[in-house]
Amino acid sequence: MSNAKLVAESGKILDVAPKDAPLTVRGLTVSYGNKPAVFSVDASIPAGSMTAIIGPNGAGKSTFLKGALGVVPRLSGEVRIFGKLFAEARDRVAYVPQRASVDWDFPARVIDVVLMGLYGSVGLFRLWQSRHREQAMECLERVGMADFADRQIGQLSGGQQQRVFLARALAQNAEFYLLDEPFAGVDAATERAIVSVLKELKTEGRTVVCVHHDLSTVPEYFDRVLLINVRRIAEGPVETTFTAENLQETYGGRLAATHIDELHLA
Amino acid sequence: MSFLDYFISALFLQAGYNSALVAIGAGLLGLSAGSAGAFIFLRKRALVSDAISHATLPGVGIAFMIMVAFGSDGRWLPGLIIGSAISSAIGLLMVEWITRKTRLTEDAAIGAVLSVFFGFGIVLLTVIQTMSSGRQAGLENFLLGSTAGMLISEATTIAVAGALAAAFVFLLRRPMTLVAFDPEYAATTGVNVRNIDLAMMGLALIVTVIGLKIVGLILIVALLIIPPVTARFWTNQVGLMIGIAAIVGGLSGYIGAVLSAAEASLPTGPIIVLIAFGFFLFSALFSPLRGGLASALRHQRFQRRVHRRQGLLSLARREPIYDGLTLRILRRSGMIRRDGVATARGRIAAQKAARDEARWAIARRMLPDDSAIERYDGLTPIEQMMTPDQIAEIDRMIAAQQGAKA
Repeated sequence: MSNAKLVAESGKILDVAPKDAPLTVRGLTVSYGNKPAVFSVDASIPAGSMTAIIGPNGAGKSTFLKGALGVVPRLSGEVRIFGKLFAEARDRVAYVPQRASVDWDFPARVIDVVLMGLYGSVGLFRLWQSRHREQAMECLERVGMADFADRQIGQLSGGQQQRVFLARALAQNAEFYLLDEPFAGVDAATERAIVSVLKELKTEGRTVVCVHHDLSTVPEYFDRVLLINVRRIAEGPVETTFTAENLQETYGGRLAATHIDELHLA
Repeated sequence: MSFLDYFISALFLQAGYNSALVAIGAGLLGLSAGSAGAFIFLRKRALVSDAISHATLPGVGIAFMIMVAFGSDGRWLPGLIIGSAISSAIGLLMVEWITRKTRLTEDAAIGAVLSVFFGFGIVLLTVIQTMSSGRQAGLENFLLGSTAGMLISEATTIAVAGALAAAFVFLLRRPMTLVAFDPEYAATTGVNVRNIDLAMMGLALIVTVIGLKIVGLILIVALLIIPPVTARFWTNQVGLMIGIAAIVGGLSGYIGAVLSAAEASLPTGPIIVLIAFGFFLFSALFSPLRGGLASALRHQRFQRRVHRRQGLLSLARREPIYDGLTLRILRRSGMIRRDGVATARGRIAAQKAARDEARWAIARRMLPDDSAIERYDGLTPIEQMMTPDQIAEIDRMIAAQQGAKA
């Protein structure tokens, strides 16, 4: 699509979407049936940041990610990835879906799932070469799963499955990683492994966004937060945005005041 | 020639050009059905292919009527195939549309489309039978399939289309695998999930319409689904599974066509399906990977190892053992005497088991992220899971702990 046509299609966002911002969202609305799950959310993720999307259950955190990536249809709103439409910036983005969204009895070994991350670069018709396998093994090494390469994926624990999904995204060698609840229901070893990989990605100058549910680890793992409860409540650096008032507004009565006190808030 | 003689000669393509071609056509049909069916099975859309096959019937009837109206025979196979393809495509799109645009679930949409189209088709067939042409004989064969009196041109058409469909499956194997495993992820990598789904169903449609003549529309779904289900028992890899499904489907089609040609009163479709079921039954019982027998044996062996280990640990702790199975296993392996007292061998083995437990306890605390910890099943000897250096290190820690206690 030509630039002129893009501008004609949507004047307002292109003027403000910086070319280096991994994600710029304006007025994103996604609904299941006639009930909006995400309503008119704005967000702007700067390059090289690590952002946690937090909010109560059913607040539309995952839907926000899926809507931004076009996995679920948008009702309205605009999304730019590195200043472009997602279709034009796809190869710079890697998405890690929720572990529970797939059937793990699928006939595949761990290495096969990681190789899926290379489909884009290998193309439809060419066969796997040894360098592809090596690439996939390196990614498994990074998440500490190299010893499991030939294991059937159904035999993995939940945390191991999550690490395989992360390895698949690493194989894409993207600049922008979006993860949907990567720490949900995983063991402590997996959580450590994932956090260290995500911090490596940040050190390499890549951008990370996670849907996250554990408020107590937010200041330790992330530098920015996006608070969502259907609408956007707040967005910004952890120090200024991860505050008791904002959390109270996001969670309403569902978050006890004593609980908030326990968090290491700014 | 006896039935058996004929069957054997036909099996090796020695029973004449015509029956050889029919057998090859049925084999290629089975090959394409098995490989296309593999993805339909993995995408959990088996019922949709049943709707597709039942939705072919009105197309067969209407195509026949149109061809008769234009003064031709009405039984020209390519014409009937095109008619059935159009009506089943309409059925498929209706299932898709109902699921997407209404709140009905897919199974309800399938049930509605399947029964309405099939009912309409039966009405058309009845009308055709009462029509004056009198040359309708054979249309009912599309229900259960028949190779009797099949033309060489028909067999060739089926063989070529089957080979093309199988090649199409091969080309689309990567996006179809991705969509079957993880459609959301597939969408983010640029795969058009809806188009891949339609292509997958389009393949089922092609297999169905070319299989009408041989297998029939009622049973074609079995040829799509039984081969991949059979293949799943033998492998954990998609690529191999597709290959095995193709072979099972191909052999079923080939052997079934030969059998029904040898004994013309045997309906082709049901015979092919029964042979496919034979492969399924054998695999379900005897596959070493996922078969029932192997699973039961593996479970039993695992249970015995657990009892043996627990028994040895009890010996090491000098606890009494009450479990009958544990006692039997220890006695048979010479770990305890008849009166339940540990033998010399038993004492050594018990000591080793207790020491390994202690080693694992240390290892879990010291190396929580080591992959050996994650892979440990509670039974495998520690020497197979860790390097001698690691074990020596752990033993040093145990010694240090004991020193501290003393």
